[in-house]
Amino acid sequence: MKRDLAAIVLFTAVVLGVTATADSGVVLTFVMMTLYATLMAQAWNMLGGYGGQFSFGHALFFGTGAYVQAMAQLNLGLNAWLALALAVVVAAGVGLFVGALTFRYGLKGSYFALVTLAFAEVFRIIAVSVGFTGGGVGLMLPLQESFANLQFSSRRGYIMLVLGFVVAALGVTAWLRHSRFGAQLQAVRDNEDAARAIGVDPWRVKLGAITLSGGFMGAAGAFYVQVFQYIDPSIAFGPHTSVEALVAAIVGGMGTLWGPVLGALVLHLLADLTRNLFGQLPGLNMVIYGTVLVVIVMFLPRGLSGVGRSVRDAWRGRK
Amino acid sequence: MLEFGILFPSVLNGLTTGAVYALIALGLTLIYGVLHIINFAHGASLMVALYAVYLLKQHLGIDPYLALPIVVPGMFALGYGLQRYIINRASHGRDENILLVTLGISIVLENLALMFFKSDTRSIETPYTLTTVAIGPAMISLPKLVAFAGALVTSALLLWVVTRTDLGRAIRAVAKEKHGAKLMGIDVDHVYAMCFGIGLACLGAAACFLLPAYYVNPQVGSGFVLVAFTIVVLGGMGSFVGALVGGLLIGVVESVGGLFLGESLGQIGIFVIFITVLLFRPQGLFGAKA
Amino acid sequence: MTRQVPEPLLGLNGLSIAFGGLRAVQDVSLDVMPGTLTALIGPNGAGKTTLFALMSGFLQPDSGSVRFNGADITGRAPHLNARAGMTRTFQIVQPFAAQTVRENIAVGAHLHEPRRASALAAAEAVAQRVGLAPQLDKPAADLTVAGRKRLELARALATKPKLLLLDEVLAGLNPQEIAEMIPVVRSIADSGVTVLMIEHVMQAVMNLASHVWVLAQGQLIASGTPGEVTSDPQVIEAYLGPGAAARLQGAHLQGARLQGDGA
Repeated sequence: MKRDLAAIVLFTAVVLGVTATADSGVVLTFVMMTLYATLMAQAWNMLGGYGGQFSFGHALFFGTGAYVQAMAQLNLGLNAWLALALAVVVAAGVGLFVGALTFRYGLKGSYFALVTLAFAEVFRIIAVSVGFTGGGVGLMLPLQESFANLQFSSRRGYIMLVLGFVVAALGVTAWLRHSRFGAQLQAVRDNEDAARAIGVDPWRVKLGAITLSGGFMGAAGAFYVQVFQYIDPSIAFGPHTSVEALVAAIVGGMGTLWGPVLGALVLHLLADLTRNLFGQLPGLNMVIYGTVLVVIVMFLPRGLSGVGRSVRDAWRGRK
Repeated sequence: MLEFGILFPSVLNGLTTGAVYALIALGLTLIYGVLHIINFAHGASLMVALYAVYLLKQHLGIDPYLALPIVVPGMFALGYGLQRYIINRASHGRDENILLVTLGISIVLENLALMFFKSDTRSIETPYTLTTVAIGPAMISLPKLVAFAGALVTSALLLWVVTRTDLGRAIRAVAKEKHGAKLMGIDVDHVYAMCFGIGLACLGAAACFLLPAYYVNPQVGSGFVLVAFTIVVLGGMGSFVGALVGGLLIGVVESVGGLFLGESLGQIGIFVIFITVLLFRPQGLFGAKA
Repeated sequence: MTRQVPEPLLGLNGLSIAFGGLRAVQDVSLDVMPGTLTALIGPNGAGKTTLFALMSGFLQPDSGSVRFNGADITGRAPHLNARAGMTRTFQIVQPFAAQTVRENIAVGAHLHEPRRASALAAAEAVAQRVGLAPQLDKPAADLTVAGRKRLELARALATKPKLLLLDEVLAGLNPQEIAEMIPVVRSIADSGVTVLMIEHVMQAVMNLASHVWVLAQGQLIASGTPGEVTSDPQVIEAYLGPGAAARLQGAHLQGARLQGDGA
């Protein structure tokens, strides 16, 4: 655990260092967006990598967080920070609800993936059809830069915000690696029946995982709203967000601490590279994400961090 | 609203759409029943087929119904190739990997379409696009009626292949007992690829019947995916009868639901059915208990 | 002086379950006394593993009851049974492949140890007991069959069970490995854990068990000491087919007659 914590501190120091010294808006935006993608990937990883439950509709929690963040400020007049707390709690609550329903009835594997997709779609349709969510047009947050309002004039402020969440997510993941709960969760992932036979309650641990995962994903959604001051049903609950979260986690390496960070970084670099080479072509990003997903699953199922581990194992000489 | 004159056409329309849904679901059921994989790329594959039919009409002037002999074998080949050379290689024996690979394929297909065709919705015009036929108080568009008939004929053909041909016997053997089938000398990889090919060929047929009455855009696939899954789950994973009945049922539900709730909310009805069935009766109406 | 009749630790009463038309377990009743090492044997497909599943809560019986430690636990969830002190292993070993041996065992230890450090330490101690100490940091996926069997045993042991249900813990082991495993099982029983094992390896059954039940086609056909049970004609027929007992008896007599002639 100490090693993981030290690594997290180092990571934080590096990011802070880069943020403090960088002058260019491009670099700062890159750091911010990569951290944002990392947050989503870490969230997915908690349920998918450590819990073994693949969610194809993680946008469900993202969109919940985003809409709560927007509506709490617009409709309820809440302070932005309070709204943030509320967004995380509500998103976690949605996770709890969906988990309680689906895991109670023993849904797993492909069926679970499908149900999460269905839930995300249902929420999207509701968001489009209902008035107070702004319908298909979405919601806009008025520009009012201030710390109290969680709107910053420079990217640096936003980076600090998302970094806070990323560090928290990393901390939770490290906790999963060194705690009883995490051990039980991974046992259920690896072999549910064997876990049950030695006293693990699969429903409770999966429920815990989806709640944590939902909460962090909701934070990402709330963050999005504060940065872009806008949310609509397809951004909130659409497949793009769901896919980005899971591809980054898988490419980097599921079930690892740093896999999501690595995956988010690589995918972002790839996206930026292609944008520089081919321009802003709609759909190109996703083609790349999809192709990378297929390639990684086919040739590197443990993701990029798995490569590192294989090299390390070969170096040590497997006994 | 419950007036016969309004309800009856709605139900008829639902049945015609439902027949096409059933054809789509049949392909999915075949793939699931034999390969035990949930093909996330099914919707995107339908989209590919629809674009193929569209392009054949727009650039070569080939009528969609006449395009059947081109599109169906074409989709078969695509399916065979995808399964044999990509999906097969990716599984490493784990179900989740197949899930991810088919998801990846669907993302690639959908967004390639977005890149090449932009997000515009396109449809075709044929001399019979606007023809309607009177059935009782209802005026049903001719393309929809042809779709209904075509879907049923194709489904019957599919059932005949599976139950009466040697290939069908091999497929059923592999579905029941893969290792035993292997020992009997059946090339399991080939059978798997054939199944996937047939599943996608059904989509080819469905696309030919669908386009005259419908439209195509890159997102159309994802619209069909969840509906197809709902049908397969409702009818019972691996049950052909279930896919047929389920398809017709869902078509009607969607049509009548749209009547009462408006189109968007009507769609929710489908997803609610989906989630409910998965939770409370995962074997569906006709499927075997897990 | 009043003698206290000891309460059975595990009591099955009229347990039955059928799958479709197949009656996998029919009206099985037996009592396992605390502190004993007993065995459940029978030909393949007799329903032994199904019986274990019924006992531990993986399956719900159609009728009958299971009592454990004085309470009715029929159909109770396996994890609750484990917490109450009944742990089972699996015939087809199920390691947590992605984790090390130590981490595997620690999951079992965590049943009673909330803290990570103490669970890992307990795992190490258990590994010593079953002879897995040199492989503690190996990924479970790298173990041989014998290693995995020991891991299965260790993981179950780490839950500090009162009753250990071992499902063919010796299957797939060569004679050397079996000879190494038998004392391990005995030492577990000696330490106070009640053990009920499903076993095909008769050497182990004769060696270890004080009482044997025989299951055939879902029904209990014999109950007694290993010696009694293996000479029971019904048991012989269950394994070798109808008429086998008579044939064996006939061969036995003929052998005796030949010996008598030679004398």
